[in-house]
Amino acid sequence: MSESVVDFDVIAKILQKHKNDPSKIIPILQDVQKEFRYLPKDALLYIATTLNIPPSKVYGVATFFSHFTLEPKGKNIIKICDGTACHVKKSGDIIKALKKRFLLKDKKVTSDDGFITVETVSCLGACGLAPVIVLNDEVHGDMTLDKVMKLMDDLEA
Amino acid sequence: MSENKQENFFLTVDNIKVPIEGERNILEVIRKAKIEIPTLCYNSELSIHGGCRMCMVELEGRGLVASCSVPPVDGMVIRSNTKEVRGIRKTVLELVLANHHQNCYTCGKSTVCNLQQLAKDYGINNIRFKRREKESPIDVGLCITRDPDKCILCGQCIRMCSEIQSVGCIGFGFRSSDAEVLTAFNKNIDETECVGCGQCTQVCPTGALMNTSNIKDVWQYLNDPTKTVVVQIAPAVRTAIGEPFGFAPGEVTTDKMVTALKAMGFDYVFDTCFGADLTIMEEATEFVSRVKNGGTFPMVTSCCPGWVNFAESFYPDFEKNLSSCRSPQEMFSSVIKSYGPKMWGINRKDLKVISIMPCTAKKEEKDKDKFKIEGDPNTDFSITTQEFAQMIKECGIDFRNLADTPFDHPFGEKTGAGVIFGSSGGVAEAALRFIMDFDENPPAEHDFAFKAVRGMEGIKSAGIELNGQKFNIAVASGLANTRKLLNDVKAGKVSYDFIEIMACSGGCLNGGGQPTSKDRDYKLKRMAGIYKNDVDQKLHKSQQNPDIIKLYKDYLESPGSHEAHHKLHTHYEDKNLKKKYGVEK
Ligand code: SF4
Ligand code: SF4
Ligand code: SF4
Ligand code: FES
Ligand code: FES
Repeated sequence: MSESVVDFDVIAKILQKHKNDPSKIIPILQDVQKEFRYLPKDALLYIATTLNIPPSKVYGVATFFSHFTLEPKGKNIIKICDGTACHVKKSGDIIKALKKRFLLKDKKVTSDDGFITVETVSCLGACGLAPVIVLNDEVHGDMTLDKVMKLMDDLEA
Repeated sequence: MSENKQENFFLTVDNIKVPIEGERNILEVIRKAKIEIPTLCYNSELSIHGGCRMCMVELEGRGLVASCSVPPVDGMVIRSNTKEVRGIRKTVLELVLANHHQNCYTCGKSTVCNLQQLAKDYGINNIRFKRREKESPIDVGLCITRDPDKCILCGQCIRMCSEIQSVGCIGFGFRSSDAEVLTAFNKNIDETECVGCGQCTQVCPTGALMNTSNIKDVWQYLNDPTKTVVVQIAPAVRTAIGEPFGFAPGEVTTDKMVTALKAMGFDYVFDTCFGADLTIMEEATEFVSRVKNGGTFPMVTSCCPGWVNFAESFYPDFEKNLSSCRSPQEMFSSVIKSYGPKMWGINRKDLKVISIMPCTAKKEEKDKDKFKIEGDPNTDFSITTQEFAQMIKECGIDFRNLADTPFDHPFGEKTGAGVIFGSSGGVAEAALRFIMDFDENPPAEHDFAFKAVRGMEGIKSAGIELNGQKFNIAVASGLANTRKLLNDVKAGKVSYDFIEIMACSGGCLNGGGQPTSKDRDYKLKRMAGIYKNDVDQKLHKSQQNPDIIKLYKDYLESPGSHEAHHKLHTHYEDKNLKKKYGVEK
């Protein structure tokens, strides 16, 4: 096994904070995600083997809740709303264009260079501004393909 | 659930009055009225999932309920056959089938598949829902094969693996329409802590979990005229191989198996009971020498590779407790590959050894480097009882009506001690039959049975006295029972000198490679078949087997000798999960 990207001491501390209690698995994973911005595989395996719960169960919890992510996220995060209103206003074209621009295929959401993560989300509750995107926590409404590409150009500049 | 056990409580199902006798749900009560309620996710030995809705019945006053999830109450009135109930069953089946890879022809579970059977029984001739195309890769492990496209998410495998086996290497992942049965990180099953017991394949109602097939590999050797192909058949196979051919569970068909194997073209057919007798010679000798010379106690048996895998992953601290004996499969294959070439005047590379086992874990065991010589495995391939039945069918052999053929020599003799290896408690009893001969007052010849270690209980115990010294013996089957026993041993709550462990509940007669049975008492019946077969043997103690005596004389010197150690014993690895997954600090 190669050197892990994870510092197990950091995880051990999180586990201690929760008294190594397997029933606290959700808050434990939340803390780990806060620390690493995602749930590294070795972290999950370390948690499972330390708390004596099957790794498959920890993986099950990590994949069940959509706010957990098993992939490292990019430096930038762009969320494109694909709720009904945005969908009708062609959010699909924006998604397609972004995937093409950052060479993302199928389920891949983060570019190889770690520059950006492109996610689709369901209704952001701002349907009046459809189509809506959120770029690094900032909401942009009434988007067009051109406007999005301009934002990306600025981001990459 | 004993608080439920009140006298004179009844419920009525379809106008039949049925007593309530402590059942945990109305489903079990209804079954006593000989009315079959269809289920997909219920299993009487596992916790209740209640997810498939196949078992719906109409309960007066409450409407439609899932019968697996409702405890019985006195006076309940149930209808299991209303228009609504029948409609729901059809809809559930159609929905399940719409999510299912529907290619029965090419599926190994065909004809024994519960889903297929239900679709037929409930007259599904059209599926109104659009079929969802999934294309998940098939995971072919050494022991089991997972085909997620056939999975109907009943969760039986997960409950089996975690509740009965306490391994838990498979679980639900993701949610709603993406939900799947997965290993951690969707690794291949062989990269997880799976012990290979195959119990999940026994409960899977579809072809999503199956024994990995090595039938092709076996045919390849049989079809090669330059190869001498030898086969050994394990004790528990004989008590179940008849089932796919219409025999009852426990009807022993040993000599028909030999005829079938000869017809397929095997050159020599041997009985693994001989290997089991050999195991007892070595294992019981090891015990006696630990007593004499002061070794680690409890000494724990090592003939079940499912258990050995479990020990290496979860109880590495028991390494010194494990007997150093190889399993009967590996002892026997080692003997055949070591002495066979000389005996038959052939090269080792032209000698192929196949084993027929009730067991999926043997497929992984035989693949371990420590059981190979310069890359050549002592056991070339291990197939299960299920695969053996398949081969018999492929040959068009009318198994039911076959004549009898005896096993070949020079390893043709066996004793009842080897036969009972197929049942939980059998190894302990066989060892006792050996050890008690060292007593000042050895038991009378006909007095070979030690009944305290027999039966279906998950943990059994017994005490014996040998030359005035007391010894405590425990027997566990099922790995959750094993975990409980070993934790009690570690905590000092109990103390034993000798422990027998089998990964599968009830022992190999219920191995992961056995045919699946619809008979709810199949385990008891197979067990009865094994002990009856023991009585039918001429000899009952391994040390009386004339071919064993000759083998030691000609080759192995004496039990526990240097040569015996070299050929018949092994060592273990610490595979604790932190190490395995590379997350040691
Ligand atoms: S073979 Fe045994 S350990 Fe492996 S997944 Fe199946 S039940 Fe679990
Ligand atoms: S693999 Fe088989 S037993 Fe497991 S959930 Fe799927 S259908 Fe059920
Ligand atoms: S109990 Fe028997 S069938 Fe089950 S894993 Fe062990 S050796 Fe194999
Ligand atoms: S659908 Fe996009 S904000 Fe509501
Ligand atoms: S069998 Fe009752 S819900 Fe599945």
